[in-house]
Amino acid sequence: MHVRLEPQGRQLTIAGRRRVGDLVRSLGLVTGTVMVIRGDDLLTDDDMVEDDEAIELRAVISGGAR
Amino acid sequence: MKCKRCAAKATVQLRSHNTAFCKECFVFFFQRNVERSIERERMFTREEPVLVAVSGGKDSLALWDTLVTLGYRTEGLYLGLGIGAYSAASQRKAEAYAAARDLPLRIMRLEEEGDGLAIPEAAFFTRRQPCAACGTFKRHHFDRAALDGGFAVLATGHNLDDEAARLLGNVLHWQLPYLAKQHPVLTPTHPKFVRKVRPLYRTSEYESATYAFLRGIDYVVEECPNSHGATQLVYKDLLNRLEETMPGSKLAFVSDFLRHAHPLFAGAPDSPAGECARCGMPAFAELCGYCRLVAEIERRRSQAVAHS
Ligand code: SF4
Ligand SMILES: [Zn+2]
Ligand SMILES: [Zn+2]
Repeated sequence: MHVRLEPQGRQLTIAGRRRVGDLVRSLGLVTGTVMVIRGDDLLTDDDMVEDDEAIELRAVISGGAR
Repeated sequence: MKCKRCAAKATVQLRSHNTAFCKECFVFFFQRNVERSIERERMFTREEPVLVAVSGGKDSLALWDTLVTLGYRTEGLYLGLGIGAYSAASQRKAEAYAAARDLPLRIMRLEEEGDGLAIPEAAFFTRRQPCAACGTFKRHHFDRAALDGGFAVLATGHNLDDEAARLLGNVLHWQLPYLAKQHPVLTPTHPKFVRKVRPLYRTSEYESATYAFLRGIDYVVEECPNSHGATQLVYKDLLNRLEETMPGSKLAFVSDFLRHAHPLFAGAPDSPAGECARCGMPAFAELCGYCRLVAEIERRRSQAVAHS
């Protein structure tokens, strides 16, 4: 599957079918800090992503002294 | 996973609330939570004009969208900070959002306001973190715009994660005056100030991003280049790791502070005694904090010119 990390703009290819929760953790990300986007949909931890699909992991944390 | 409200397939999972929602039910849940915060803290009524500080990011656009949907009287204010491509992109997003929904949006740009000073020059000449000058500039221009526009209230998009990170910082260093002022509603301490409110203070960053995404709001995803390495991000990261093992920690931290601890810190707020000799806004000394900063930048800039 193709995984795009935003806002860094990094692209990754991961082989096989994965559960969203496992995928997020295997990339070293903390759950609740990224939205998992497939097309117009958001995915939850127990959704599956197939090998031939593309998803975006978009960070939700913004920073700076606001 | 199923929606807790209607049993359709869930698309949003909220561990902190131990629940999950489909798209429609999440939008309803988000808006209702914001409305409850506004009412619980008596932030404003449907009759009062509210100026919403809109940065083009997810939080402020989600806030504006919610207030408009709930029928509040709002106008947006975008303040351009002059931070290169980031400011250009965020202005485009704010303008596009307002134009598509036919909402009133004021645009102010630091480069074009009275002193013509944008954030990069301010940071360069003061040799301090850009965020320090940025905070002072924003506060001054928001206060001024709210006063000049006759608004009763100024609303900003600070979310639960912002509040929790700020609280952690204030507690780590026992910043008593800051703890006294950490509240989602700040009542004006001078007739020239308006009420300042943070209707998203119980809403996590994940929720506001999710809301913006599901409502089709095109917000600026890139970060301000000055945010890299900001202490606030270190605190947010810590709190998110805590939240992962103990869901609900952030909300409990902030809401229990407000309920049990804030009253212990909140003394009588110190009110600015007079008005600034230069700009006329409330001031503790002859000049307000903003005008003192501008004077400092101008002094250093003329020294730099003299040496070159
Ligand atoms: S990160 Fe700092 S400079 Fe950038 S917008 Fe936020 S406060 Fe301003
Ligand atoms: Zn539902
Ligand atoms: Zn002044």
